[in-house]
Amino acid sequence: MSYLKPLFRHPKLPKNKLGYTLKEYEGSLSTLCAGCGHDSISAAIVQACFEMSVEPHKVAKISGIGCSSKTPTYFLGNSHGFNSVHGRMPSVATGASMANKDMVYFGVSGDGDSASIGMGQFVHVIRRNLNMVYIVMNNGCYGLTKGQDSATADQGSKSKAGSINPFQAIDLASLAIELGASFVAQSFSGDKQQLVPLIKAAMHHKGFAFLNVVSPCVTFNNNPGSTKSYDYVREHIEATSTLDFVPEMPEIKASYEEGKSTRIALHDGSLIQLNKLETDWDVEDRISAVNALQQARVKNEILTGLIYVNTEWKDLHETLNTYHKPLNRLDESELCPGEQNLQAINEGYR
Amino acid sequence: MKRTINDFIIRFANVNGTGSASANYLFAKTIFRMGIPVTPKNIFPSNIQGLPTWYEVRVSEKGYLGRREGIDLMVCVNPQSMAQDIKNVKPGGYFIYDSTKKLPDTYLRDDIHYLGIPMMEMSNQAFSDPRKRQLLKNIIYVGALSKLLNMDVEEIIKLVGEQFEGKSQLIEANLVALKLGINYVEANFEHPLPFHLERRDLIGDKIIVDGNTACGLGAVYGGATVMAWYPITPSTSVAEAFEHYCKEYRLDPETGEHKFAIIQAEDELAAMGMVIGANWNGARAFTATSGPGVSLMNEFLGLAYFAEVPAVLVDVQRAGPSTGMPTRTQQPDLLLAAYASHGDTKHVLLLPSTPRECFDMTAQSFDLAERLQTPIMVMTDLDLGMNDHISEPFHWTDKREYDRGKVLNAEELEHVGRFGRYLDVDGDGIPYRTYPGTHPTKGSFFTRGTSKDEYAAYTEDGAAYQRNMDRLLKKWETARKLVPSAQLYQKAKQSELGILFFGTSQFSAEEAKDLLTEEGIHVDAIRIKAFPFGEEVVDFVHSHRLIFVIEQNRDGQMRSMMIMELGTDPSKLIPVLNYDGMPITADAIKNQITNFLTKEKTQRHELFKTTL
Repeated sequence: MSYLKPLFRHPKLPKNKLGYTLKEYEGSLSTLCAGCGHDSISAAIVQACFEMSVEPHKVAKISGIGCSSKTPTYFLGNSHGFNSVHGRMPSVATGASMANKDMVYFGVSGDGDSASIGMGQFVHVIRRNLNMVYIVMNNGCYGLTKGQDSATADQGSKSKAGSINPFQAIDLASLAIELGASFVAQSFSGDKQQLVPLIKAAMHHKGFAFLNVVSPCVTFNNNPGSTKSYDYVREHIEATSTLDFVPEMPEIKASYEEGKSTRIALHDGSLIQLNKLETDWDVEDRISAVNALQQARVKNEILTGLIYVNTEWKDLHETLNTYHKPLNRLDESELCPGEQNLQAINEGYR
Repeated sequence: MKRTINDFIIRFANVNGTGSASANYLFAKTIFRMGIPVTPKNIFPSNIQGLPTWYEVRVSEKGYLGRREGIDLMVCVNPQSMAQDIKNVKPGGYFIYDSTKKLPDTYLRDDIHYLGIPMMEMSNQAFSDPRKRQLLKNIIYVGALSKLLNMDVEEIIKLVGEQFEGKSQLIEANLVALKLGINYVEANFEHPLPFHLERRDLIGDKIIVDGNTACGLGAVYGGATVMAWYPITPSTSVAEAFEHYCKEYRLDPETGEHKFAIIQAEDELAAMGMVIGANWNGARAFTATSGPGVSLMNEFLGLAYFAEVPAVLVDVQRAGPSTGMPTRTQQPDLLLAAYASHGDTKHVLLLPSTPRECFDMTAQSFDLAERLQTPIMVMTDLDLGMNDHISEPFHWTDKREYDRGKVLNAEELEHVGRFGRYLDVDGDGIPYRTYPGTHPTKGSFFTRGTSKDEYAAYTEDGAAYQRNMDRLLKKWETARKLVPSAQLYQKAKQSELGILFFGTSQFSAEEAKDLLTEEGIHVDAIRIKAFPFGEEVVDFVHSHRLIFVIEQNRDGQMRSMMIMELGTDPSKLIPVLNYDGMPITADAIKNQITNFLTKEKTQRHELFKTTL
């Protein structure tokens, strides 16, 4: 177990705009291994939601099966959660979103859940540009079944048992961009500074926001030779930018160098202030973003930060032109064509 | 041949993709409009263009709507299948063919009548456009039949006008073709044939429509807002009908926004996932599929059962196993659906027989799914789904309200005390649920496929797991009282023999019952409309010495379910089966029953002798 939660809270805990403390955004006690990267990601989600003053019950958390998919229990305890079946979170999230467009959907998945058994659904939820935050807690192995290689394990990476992975890794971020994801970011569970603003921006992005977060498995994949260990990731991480998320157009910090700072306006009027450390690609250009990921791969680097964003594409609700009111709030008066129309329909079959 | 009125079978042998479907429909619909009971059946290949396809129409003054063996009149415009088609005509019957090419001598039988009409030649002379030549050749034979069978030509003309409304050139061309056929018969053949039609008033206010359209429409009336599906024969037209009627009745008049969302999913797994996600979030959602799709949806069905999420699935059954015969009918998914998924599961099935019941049961399935918080499967089949059937008209009353089941709103959550998602408060096995987003601090819970306690907390405590499983059984008992009751054909027991049937076996079973009566064998009858079985089914089974269980699959799946659920002695449930992919016939049912009874009698007789 990662940590025990003290029941007592300091009375002067800071409150957000809604008057909630961080506590209102926490979930149950984690049952993951101590030091698990996933717990840090859960904490980043809690932090992001708290800072953004999100109504916890206006968020739905949906996951598949695996260590990562257990985490929705450990954050946002006042939100509904759905731990569905292995690899099928995207379809459940799609249905949920169709029922109520007015909520924030957090999809939590792992590398086994998304890159193997759930690859089909991962691919198609991207194509549809479903308005959701899709987080893959990527540790390169199957934790719950004790450490088998997953499809995102790098070729040549060594498992705890000493075997070398002979297969090519699936690069989920490249794939997501290729398939038309409208927001793609990578991060590291140990980099909360980067992760929290990325999650905030992802929540405000209208469309499919994908976060591939490298999240080491302390128990089965933290050994020397593994390319998903804490040490390896820290040595090979290449933060490409720092990010500030600016909700709804307040003043913009101007402390960054001219030319290295980009502002991206999201649908709801909020801004992503991107402070580039590298300038060799354009986050709004698909080809250059994919190219940057491939270049990093050749150099054995893990590129993190916002990789690609497109604010133009329609999300699924816009594509389907769904009603402005959530479909789950419509009743007989709005849904049933009634007796008289049925008589006319009958007449057409005579 | 003796003169018969309104009682014959005609089969059309066509080539797939040549426009024969609308001509054949025109033929059947005209008979319907003449007030005469008619049953058309499409017998089509798994193919888009080029392979043989048949359309069989039974006309029955007595109103028997099931299939019957024996073809009185064959209209053959497909050389590929001609040799076989000629063999299928019953002695004394008629064979109409395209005589543009001479019939080979080997095709001649001396016990049937041949009526050659040079359809292709006539069509080629009358029309210049190649596509039109092909399409209107079919209308020429409709014209010929109108004379041979004494059809009401005015009705045909009216129907052509309706079918091609606004396309005056097409209407004109169709009428020219129709006239060609009429004139040819008048000049060359004696007419009408000994069996033909006479106008009646036997239809009343009934409609003629296919079951898939009825299911799609039922879902619109039942308040479904989300549909997710994957294309599969024979269920695809359920989605098409749902979309059609949504576009007609569910658009915001001002903005054109849709009060529905239809998603063509990447596969059936995803389709069911979407249905579950939407229902979990408080929308009425459904899918339509066939056997292979239900196989793929098994895992999700287990989740919905165990996590108690409503879901509606329309299974338009086709012949399995595996890809089986995708364009042929059967009732082969009963066991698959009733016990879908691993672990101990049982699912509610509804078993419609007519388009009206497809409409009613689909609409009702959403009430049942939300009331019972579990998947409801509407089990139709290809015959019901894709063929036109005469049916009672669709019915709805504006007073009807949707039963949204046990859902707590924000205000109720304030007063309910500690909310237990899986707590049986009312003693009916059905707990209360909440939709996501209801209340800032109350009523949230975690939905999962793993074991949990009454408060939705994960647990591996065996006692809590078992309590939950037992409550699900209690809920099953509640379901038994809520599902549609079986239809009994007699007020009190009249015979020690019973027949039991469901779905599309209804028409042939009812006819078989009459045929048996004619032979002096009286049977009681019951038609099952749902699973779990109600008390009336239990009583019927217990009170009869022998029950003939009529179904359209090889293994007697309904019979197995009765043995499993009712503990019935297998030896008193006699399977009466049909599984060649064609709808079951009354003769097949009658023969299997009489054969069994004869054998039983002989055996008893022999036993009697041995004891002596």
